[in-house]
Amino acid sequence: MTPHPNPLPQTNLTMTPDTPSSAAVTGLAGWRARLFNPSTRQKLLAFTSLLVLLVFFSIANDNFLQVDNLVSILQSTAVNGVLAIACTFVIITAGIDLSVGTMMTFCAVMAGVALTYLGLPIYFGIVAAIFFGALCGWTSGILIAKLKIPPFIATLGMMMLLKGLSLVISGTKPIYFNDTPSFSMISQDSLIGDLLPALPIPNAVLILFLVAIAAGILLNKTVFGRYTFALGSNEEALRLSGVKVDFWKITVYTISGAICGIAGLLIASRLNSAQPALGQGYELDAIAAVVIGGTSLSGGTGTILGTIIGAFIMSVLINGLRIMSVAQEWQTVVTGVIIILAVYMDILRRRRQ
Amino acid sequence: MQQVKPIDTSDNDPAHYLIALKNVSKRFPGVLALDNCQIDLLPGEVHALMGENGAGKSTLMKILSGVYQKDAGEILVDGRAVEIDGPRAAQALGIGIIHQELNLMHHLSAAQNIFIGREPRGRFGVFLDEATLNRQAAEIFARMRLELDPRTLISELTVAKQQMVEIAKALSFHSRVLIMDEPTAALNNTEIDELFRIIRELQAQGVGIIYISHKMDELRRISNRVTVMRDGKYIATVPTESTPIDTIIAMMVGRQLEGAKPVAVASATNEVVLEVRGLNRGNAIRDVSFQLRKGEILGFAGLMGAGRTEVARAIFGADAIDAGEIYIHGGRAFIKSPADAVAHGIGYLSEDRKHFGLATGLDVKTNIVMASMQRFRKQGLFLDQAAMRDTAQQYVKQLSIKTPSIDQPARLLSGGNQQKIVIAKWLLRDCDILFFDEPTRGIDIGAKSEIYKLLNALAEQGKAIVMISSELPEVLRMSHRVLIMCEGRITGELSAAEATQEKIMQLATQHSAVATAIAH
Repeated sequence: MTPHPNPLPQTNLTMTPDTPSSAAVTGLAGWRARLFNPSTRQKLLAFTSLLVLLVFFSIANDNFLQVDNLVSILQSTAVNGVLAIACTFVIITAGIDLSVGTMMTFCAVMAGVALTYLGLPIYFGIVAAIFFGALCGWTSGILIAKLKIPPFIATLGMMMLLKGLSLVISGTKPIYFNDTPSFSMISQDSLIGDLLPALPIPNAVLILFLVAIAAGILLNKTVFGRYTFALGSNEEALRLSGVKVDFWKITVYTISGAICGIAGLLIASRLNSAQPALGQGYELDAIAAVVIGGTSLSGGTGTILGTIIGAFIMSVLINGLRIMSVAQEWQTVVTGVIIILAVYMDILRRRRQ
Repeated sequence: MQQVKPIDTSDNDPAHYLIALKNVSKRFPGVLALDNCQIDLLPGEVHALMGENGAGKSTLMKILSGVYQKDAGEILVDGRAVEIDGPRAAQALGIGIIHQELNLMHHLSAAQNIFIGREPRGRFGVFLDEATLNRQAAEIFARMRLELDPRTLISELTVAKQQMVEIAKALSFHSRVLIMDEPTAALNNTEIDELFRIIRELQAQGVGIIYISHKMDELRRISNRVTVMRDGKYIATVPTESTPIDTIIAMMVGRQLEGAKPVAVASATNEVVLEVRGLNRGNAIRDVSFQLRKGEILGFAGLMGAGRTEVARAIFGADAIDAGEIYIHGGRAFIKSPADAVAHGIGYLSEDRKHFGLATGLDVKTNIVMASMQRFRKQGLFLDQAAMRDTAQQYVKQLSIKTPSIDQPARLLSGGNQQKIVIAKWLLRDCDILFFDEPTRGIDIGAKSEIYKLLNALAEQGKAIVMISSELPEVLRMSHRVLIMCEGRITGELSAAEATQEKIMQLATQHSAVATAIAH
């Protein structure tokens, strides 16, 4: 046998990174590369849209930039923003949670049970709301991870179940927090305003930002966050790597539920009551905010910052249209169009990849 | 050429072998997938594992890597008998596997993928220590002499570099045994060189590698020994250097044909019903041209990933093409979607019946009339149920589909009968050009010969048939003419009289860059 001739030159090839953005990029070129990276582009797009909306409404109507109106925008973003953060975790795992709205109401009702029915101190109300949120989320997680019920169906069931439970427990009547005067302060007082009278930012907004920062750390700096992304990116690969996929998935839904509990506190505090019939429809606003913020419904990507921007786009839009005396019906139509556009952007982005 | 380092295989002390599998058997429902198989591996050795599709290579490696459990036999690691009851156990023993389909998370970085599930942790045990993570990944890359930023997202890497990340991941478990399942299937020549450089690097460090490949030319470049498997059985282990490639091919295809070759019908003079000229689609299809005649069964042979299914899908309009012309009955046809293809009388029977061919939850009759619903319309919107039943009944009888009734859900039928339903569907739609993609995959032996009879009958009726098959005996038995593909190109055409397993195998492994070298 003659030695096998090899037509290929033997060179010691080295590998170079595929794109400039992958390496440690610095300086102007680095910034440019980062600017045109698809995920950054989506975030910039959302942020630019928000700025455009703000500029447009402030030119269109003088009342828009009034402090009262801006505070009202902030206040109305708080609840949807916190719910959207809850949804962001689930959507990054390529799941969906339709129950966040009624779960929020259920948590508000449970706070009412603790404070008004049982007359416990305010801290018990806060713990009750967050605990029952976590419990509901854990239940959804078990249904999805262990019983293998598709997230859409499992959380659709939870949505109706929790709506029913809220009505049953409250006897279909609102539960007022008149015996706990400090409860309304959770949402409506302004700690920042006390320090800086020029900035009467309600506590609800402060809580939104605290939740956002905590969620951002959780998502980006912890093992839990890493597995949240990994679940949405390639669950099978994660399983083959020996990670307890079911456990982490249940944890994602549990944490998401606890955050819904915080949203429940915010809304109950703002209305000074737990309104058992409220809640349905909030999940769609929350999911819309997440998607507008650039989190892909197919999982694996997403940011808390994007979600917050998405939530603000929604509330600025509604507020601006209202201020311009656009009829309620038409506000809903516009919101619908925005959601469709945002999802279409998501599809375009994925197709490009 | 870089010489393959000689390995001393005369040493029979079992303790010197990294691993040794002895008399391993594995049974799946209805099939004996492995029958007394064996392989062993020395430190620093590249041991090639060869065999046709379905020979049992992957099953054997899945047993070694803990994905499957053996029914009988022995696995020795460093001469000691061990049980490998899961992927974790294999990892603990220093056995890593790089599957043909890469298992990576595209939204995470290279380093994050390598250490998924084992992240270095910082404060409180919940925070990630990214700096350590990236440093440890960089250390592994350095060991492979691979320049790659550990922070690069997987989605930004080429398939070749993704594979390098998989190798790095396997190494991060301190693997002394690496199993690579067709690692070069998706790589170009430069990338293959780079992979081989890394393999040699690891070899020098004493890592043993089991290398599954179909490509003959790679064997000489990289492997020390070759073990050949066939039909779930161990055939032989030979030193690569002193064994001619023809001998290895003969060991791989050794089985004898059942039944005689078909009498080549006088189709050579028949009308050309389909002509394809210069079909191109990226790297998957390169300059493919052929003619298909009435009454002919044209076999498409080649290894997995050679581009045969891609050609069928492109002609059927399921994938867009970059260039190429299609003529049907002499006229230029512009096929942009499967609907266009069906309108031109082309039917495609996918290799994956359950996903693409059948609505398994629906009954037999609905599946048969599925593509021809329009024909059963009456008074605008309503369906003529009686006519549908009659037609379905007729096809059940004609193709002898074994089903208790035409109302039986398709999923309750056997593979062979499901295949017949799909055939009935296209026949009812008046398709006279039929693409069969692996028509007998997952079908038991008895039903196979029925499908063969049916194909022959269809050809006799004047249908033009393209049969894609990875089973060489099937190609030889059925085809009037065989086209052989490799790496997206047609590398040869053989008449029924010329075709042999050896010739087909030669052409199917004729890679462009080394084609001339192989011929010597």
